[in-house]
Amino acid sequence: MENKGLNKVDLIFEKIDAKSTLEKAFAMTSEQIIEQVLESGLKGRGGAGFPTGLKWKYTAAEKEPEKYIVCNADEGEPGTFKDREILDKAAYKVYGGMAIAGKAMGARKGYIYLRGEYSYLLPQLYIELYKFHKLIVEIGYDFNIEYRMGSGAYICGEESALFESIEGFRGEPRNKPPYPTTSGLFAKPTSINNVETLVTAMMIIEKGADMYVKLGTKDSRGSKVFSISGDTPIPGIFELELGMTVQEFVNAFGDGDTKAVQVGGASGFCVPRKKFAETIIGFEGVPTGGSMKLFNSSRSMYNVLHNYLEFFTEESCGQCTPCRVGCQQLLKGVEMVKKGDSKSAYLNELVKLADTMKIASKCGLGQSVGNAFKSIVENFREEVIY
Amino acid sequence: MVTLKINDHQVKVAEGTTVLDAARSLGFNIPTLCNHQDLCVAGNCRVCVVEMKGARTLIASCAMPASEGMEIYTNSLKVRNARKHIVELLLSEHRADCTKCYKNQNCELQTLANEFSFGEHIFLDLVAGRPYEIDRSSPSFVKDDSKCIRCQRCVRTCAELQHVSAIAVANKGSHQKISSFHDRPMSHVVCTNCGQCVNRCPTGALVEKTYIDQVWDAIYDPDKHVVVQTAPAVRVALGEDLGFDPGERVTGKMVTALRQLGFDSVLDTDFTADLTIVEEGTELLTRLKRVLVEGDKSVALPMFTSCSPGWIKFIEHKFPHMLSNLSTCKSPQQMFGALAKTFYAEKRGLDPSKVVSVSIMPCTAKKFEADRPEMRSSGFKDIDYVLTTRELAVMIKQAGIDFLSLEDEKYDSIMGASTGAAVIFGATGGVMEAALRTAYEIITGRSVPFSNLDVVPVRGMEGVKEATIKIEGTKEDWKFLEGAELKVAIAHGLVNANKLVKAVSTGKASYHFIEIMACPGGCLGGGGQPIPTNMEIRKKRMEAIYAEDTHMAIRKSHENPEIVAIYKEFLEEPNGHKSHKLLHTRYVKRESY
Repeated sequence: MENKGLNKVDLIFEKIDAKSTLEKAFAMTSEQIIEQVLESGLKGRGGAGFPTGLKWKYTAAEKEPEKYIVCNADEGEPGTFKDREILDKAAYKVYGGMAIAGKAMGARKGYIYLRGEYSYLLPQLYIELYKFHKLIVEIGYDFNIEYRMGSGAYICGEESALFESIEGFRGEPRNKPPYPTTSGLFAKPTSINNVETLVTAMMIIEKGADMYVKLGTKDSRGSKVFSISGDTPIPGIFELELGMTVQEFVNAFGDGDTKAVQVGGASGFCVPRKKFAETIIGFEGVPTGGSMKLFNSSRSMYNVLHNYLEFFTEESCGQCTPCRVGCQQLLKGVEMVKKGDSKSAYLNELVKLADTMKIASKCGLGQSVGNAFKSIVENFREEVIY
Repeated sequence: MVTLKINDHQVKVAEGTTVLDAARSLGFNIPTLCNHQDLCVAGNCRVCVVEMKGARTLIASCAMPASEGMEIYTNSLKVRNARKHIVELLLSEHRADCTKCYKNQNCELQTLANEFSFGEHIFLDLVAGRPYEIDRSSPSFVKDDSKCIRCQRCVRTCAELQHVSAIAVANKGSHQKISSFHDRPMSHVVCTNCGQCVNRCPTGALVEKTYIDQVWDAIYDPDKHVVVQTAPAVRVALGEDLGFDPGERVTGKMVTALRQLGFDSVLDTDFTADLTIVEEGTELLTRLKRVLVEGDKSVALPMFTSCSPGWIKFIEHKFPHMLSNLSTCKSPQQMFGALAKTFYAEKRGLDPSKVVSVSIMPCTAKKFEADRPEMRSSGFKDIDYVLTTRELAVMIKQAGIDFLSLEDEKYDSIMGASTGAAVIFGATGGVMEAALRTAYEIITGRSVPFSNLDVVPVRGMEGVKEATIKIEGTKEDWKFLEGAELKVAIAHGLVNANKLVKAVSTGKASYHFIEIMACPGGCLGGGGQPIPTNMEIRKKRMEAIYAEDTHMAIRKSHENPEIVAIYKEFLEEPNGHKSHKLLHTRYVKRESY
């Protein structure tokens, strides 16, 4: 087990000269940019962790003249608030990352899909965008970005539902294939990347992939911005090198009484205290889009679970059977067990249902409901029942 | 071509073939619910999931294109367990009052439940205690959300086939439902009552509003004289619900069965279809004359047919500025109704208030049409009850009639005689063909210039069809049409109607006469026809329709002896005073939401 310990990093918020980075990027060929990003080992920072360089490579390989780069800023995972901070503090790097991605894959147009609740950021973001467009003209390049607003549906953070929403339709995930890299926004080849991914990509171009691979582990290169909340004396945003154990994380951020950490939000995993030391935060252990929620012994894990299930029951788009009905059954099921109206063994049926949802749901939402459900029920069964 | 393995059997299929179709080609049936041949792929019910070697999750076989080297398992333990869960989940959300349900034994969910969900239910009942309302506002159908499994077939039907979108998905998560604009009742939205959604609903969430009991009551009421008329498309589809294969013509058996059910007189909508041709043909020629000879700018061309009540409501909602283009002729059903309580009652010496007029239609919109306030020109409700093809099949079953072994019988008279021109009303292009057979002959004195009277260019399943007929050798009265090219167009399915009317309305296309039918394939694909209805079945019904035409002794509407007689004895002349009172109607502008 490769363990890097807990190290603070400052890449995302580091001030850079956007002009020189962009000029450097625009002087590179598409292949060179993609090569750098591939070499860096960067994986998507939204949570799913698809290798960014590959996504760009696939999109670049498409013959279609019109392509899009879409920035997913529909940050909706419970307990995640790092994209808001990045947009607030370093929007110019988000725009820059999009331009670099555009150059890599041959897209002249970018869209940012911004979470509806973040609309208060827009005036400042538009000022930054104006400056960015001016800079692009100054450099003599052709690329522009538009904002599209979400309206509060969690599902619209799913890439294909996000496209549907931008196109003016109901935000429902599409069937895959085709994948966005072949047919995404407006049925054109599209690379859709998280806010943080784009900023990181810009920093990789700025500093070189060599710098980046020194950070993190084999499976989880680089650093990551964490949104830390819950029972912690120091909630907030922290950029940390990947490859620490949950124990190291809790030592730094816990309140001395941490019994569980929910890594990756409602769709992530619950790590109980007994597994802190053996669990790496990263793709080899528990992956996260940034959400880290600490729970101390005053919390009922039943309440935590119930809260997540209520969330999913509400936020499922309702399109596919396993997710729409499955979420309701899990919620109602744990309520019945808690009240004593169902036998505790019914939890076993629910775990099987969670497994079905994981393999039979149409999109990542339904497929990941089982993560939180199973990890809480398996690790805190007593608390769920009694 | 791509080669893949399904359940260890190798198969070669064309690129783009779904895993579902590839499996079916090998004889491996995969159950489906949201999938329908007429509609785009949804992939949302997940019943058709299968295992694909190397994939992290199961895949929806309806939505996955087959690709080279794939290894698929359609019935592994993993698949069966997931499928059982999915069926159980759907059942937990479905108000399963099967024994009382109109769709009992004709329900796709029930079929799946029989296969996957016997014994104890695994999951908790989500329906109990959840408030639900049954929307009975439409005279044509009933929408019961508590039986809805959210497969969205209806939504896709309404949008893709009909360009109406009266229903759409609303809300998310556990609150997701199929709803109308601002949750208005279905009677107060753009719904055309075409019933295509009813035809595609896999459960009892959308069913026609039945009037079977009312019809039985009338039949058993000794005071009442109950006449029944049968639409052209019913005779080529009814058999499907009673044990025959699609495409079987059961006209004679249907007549026998209706007589055995106890109707006092078994008559034919085809009679008034012929009458429609004479009235509508005359109207068209009059319009042409007024425009071309008299230069009357107030006359609207092209003229649209008006037989399809779904289409009528569609144009009233979506193109209200074009209502003057609609022929003022009532549909054959309503012409029949108006005559049944006037001409027929008079001839048979009946008190019209004692006549109950029932029609058997391939259509749900006909129920709405019969309820329109305009349709009371006999002084009574011209048509009392409209039953779909499916409802007639139910009555025949209820009466214990062994339909398969019935002898053929003939329609009663009067108002029972018909021609081949009338029966083709049931297929898209049929009204046009029938009209051309008559109009051409009125103008030139000769038969329409197509071999065996088959006006082939207006036939077939293409969404929008066009034809041009050159008129030569006109009779004295019609000299102004000498050498003219009569341009006609045909659309079926409202999505195609919308395209055609838009092209006309914006001046991109110009015609003299346009036939429009609301349903794909015309009435033979109507919302009241047996379930399932799909392209393959529509084609078979269409072949049957044209076979019926070919087998008729008379194939031109104006040669129907009862039509000749009714003008002599009662109506006097086409588009005359009596016709206008009884056989013509007017239209209303409607809101567009």
